[in-house]
Amino acid sequence: MATPKPRVKLPKSASAGEVITIKTLISHTMESGQRKDSEGKVIPRQIINKFSCEFNGATVFSCDIEPAISANPYFEFSARVKESGTFKFTWVDDDGSVYEDEQTIEVK
Amino acid sequence: GQWSRAAAQQKLSENDLLDFDAFGNVTLVHVTDIHAQLMPVFFREPSVNLGVGAVAGLPPHVTGADFLKLYGIEPHSPHAYALTSEDFAALARSYGKMGGLDRIAAIVKRIRAERGENTLLLDGGDTWQGSYTSLKTNGQDMVTAMNALEPDAMTGHWEFTYGADRVSEIIDELPFAFLGGNIYDAEWNEPAFEAYKMFERGGVKVAVLGQAFPYTPIANPRWMFPNWSFGIREEDVAANVAAAREEGAELVVLLSHNGFDVDRALAARVEGIDVILTGHTHDALPEPVLVGKTLLIASGSHGKFVTRLDLDVQGGALKGFRHRLIPVFSDVIAPDADMTALIEELRAPYADELKRELGRTDSLLYRRGNFNGTFDDLICQALLDVREADIALSPGFRWGTSVLPGQAITVEDLHNACAMTYPAAYRSTMSGETIKTILEDVADNLFNEDPYYQQGGDMVRVGGMGYAIDPGQTIGNRISGMTLLKTGEAIEASRDYTVAGWASVNEATEGPPIWDVVEEYLDRNPLVQLEENRSVKVAG
Amino acid sequence: AFAATGFSALPALASAEDADKRIADFAGGKTPETGKLTLTAPEIAENGNTVPISVTVDSAMEGDDVVEEVMILADGNPNPDVATFHFSEASGAAAATTRMRLAKTQNVIAVARMKDGTTYVDKKEVKVTIGGCGG
Ligand SMILES: [Mn+2]
Ligand SMILES: [Mn+2]
Repeated sequence: MATPKPRVKLPKSASAGEVITIKTLISHTMESGQRKDSEGKVIPRQIINKFSCEFNGATVFSCDIEPAISANPYFEFSARVKESGTFKFTWVDDDGSVYEDEQTIEVK
Repeated sequence: GQWSRAAAQQKLSENDLLDFDAFGNVTLVHVTDIHAQLMPVFFREPSVNLGVGAVAGLPPHVTGADFLKLYGIEPHSPHAYALTSEDFAALARSYGKMGGLDRIAAIVKRIRAERGENTLLLDGGDTWQGSYTSLKTNGQDMVTAMNALEPDAMTGHWEFTYGADRVSEIIDELPFAFLGGNIYDAEWNEPAFEAYKMFERGGVKVAVLGQAFPYTPIANPRWMFPNWSFGIREEDVAANVAAAREEGAELVVLLSHNGFDVDRALAARVEGIDVILTGHTHDALPEPVLVGKTLLIASGSHGKFVTRLDLDVQGGALKGFRHRLIPVFSDVIAPDADMTALIEELRAPYADELKRELGRTDSLLYRRGNFNGTFDDLICQALLDVREADIALSPGFRWGTSVLPGQAITVEDLHNACAMTYPAAYRSTMSGETIKTILEDVADNLFNEDPYYQQGGDMVRVGGMGYAIDPGQTIGNRISGMTLLKTGEAIEASRDYTVAGWASVNEATEGPPIWDVVEEYLDRNPLVQLEENRSVKVAG
Repeated sequence: AFAATGFSALPALASAEDADKRIADFAGGKTPETGKLTLTAPEIAENGNTVPISVTVDSAMEGDDVVEEVMILADGNPNPDVATFHFSEASGAAAATTRMRLAKTQNVIAVARMKDGTTYVDKKEVKVTIGGCGG
């Protein structure tokens, strides 16, 4: 599998106290552990099992993920921003890999 | 013969059809599901159109003599011919073909001349697909002709089967709005089309919301437009109605391709819609159906009808209406000369091929009806014969015109029944269990008691096989008595059968186009004589 | 000839009872209420491999009125668990959207737990169809 590539969409700026929408996507096959290969052997599970979003070090939103989540997991959620700062996004793979992305927002 | 035809037409005049005592301050003109029919056509309405659950026996689920009785229409009258299947072949000879975009243009021009800036012309979609010339031009013939008609907005369904690139290319150049509030970008979950447009007509602020066919990626090949997601999205309809009202809309019109039963349910669940112009299920109703305060309008298909709806809007509220479903009798309504010339120009490159004769028919060929139609019986016979199959499947499309007994079957007639962008006639092996699953699945898409779970087609047509169906049952329990006709034996769940069909939604389906299959069959069997199809038994 | 959707190669599927047990554990044995929580999902899946679902809880997300978790279940998949969303005051709104797999026609269920322990439930049947043959 190619290295999972995260993508994030959020506004560049907001007013203080505004509730913004954040959208995230990451390329990942999300192998469910339910499929068999051509020889009938079960293909081992390998999914992203945890996603989280922090803002200036405090958790905004997180999600525990099961194999029923689709390939290329998509999460859309909200955040109330009170000051300028940095969002940090983290995806945790079954194999221990951690994929990260960061985005800044300016609050006026 | 000629005498009866002249006599019948003498009773009808253009003024009888079009004189209208104008009313109120806004006039809506609605056409829908033209299916690329530039020319007048014969189109037989269904003799079977069952409703289930709460809508059983309600319009549009009323046909034949019951329909005539419900609306007080004289049997054998022009309206009886236009609106029902009763004595269709005989009445068709008397009253002639219906539709033609040049006749529609004449009607629209006359209404605009009377009503001027009070008029909105709205097209419910399924406009660009369904004929030989639309297929050959990737919908361009219809786009060009409709642009000349100058609609104010449209929505869509079969339009999308030209593929995302072609659809985007057309819409980018369209001189009017293509609306679809229920179409989303599948990757980022964002609206992909304009949801509504505000107009000012007769001093009234009118919001027109567009609703494309919710199940386009299920009923048609999703791979042709993979980045668009559809759905009913009732909550979005409600939000857009609210946003339009907030913006000052005094009249809210939903230009919908949901299908009639879905719109009836939606009207009861979403507040604030004054008028729903329905489409997709091809129903033609001579009166609006009222749900709460919402008027539901059903304007038929294939260019047979134009709806004129005059509305009186005062102080932000609909105070009254005057409605007519105008039957487009092509021998009575004088065509608009400019549109006639344009249509001729669009068809000229294909004129010889369009009229090429493939065979003749002794039987009336028609498609519409819940369970079977003779045109699909012909297609299924061709599939069984040419593709050497045990069983044939033909999709329950509602588009396709009729051919009268004694007429030649031309390339144009055949394409009116099968012109589409995924025509491959596949041949595959299916177990009896798989065939049962397919029939059950399609039956549930038609007869699920909750209209939001319906897709609005007719039942898949079968050849070489008989079965019984009880529409009032639930999925898995409707189909029984599956029989292979050539042996008279029951179809066994675990046995494999050779099945031929066409219009698969799967990418890379292989096989010759269905029109080649039917042409090859007609080459060997040039006279079509079909018995009444008794192989599907309807219970309950 | 007809599109296949959902998980390929299915083992035994979960049942409504499995889902009920998860809900009972999540709600601490109480019966969740209906009303504040809305689950949005298509009536018919366009593709059983990727079905969009959204949850929204009517909540100020401040003070005592905070949604802590929303659990998503599906009662006809190999395993009823789908995902659990964790919210905070910094979420600003208790709303989230994701995409999920559905092996067949089944109920998708959402259960929310508020800071005070109150729970809410909503569910929706999503049909998975073989498609085609429409009109
Ligand atoms: Mn149509
Ligand atoms: Mn349609």
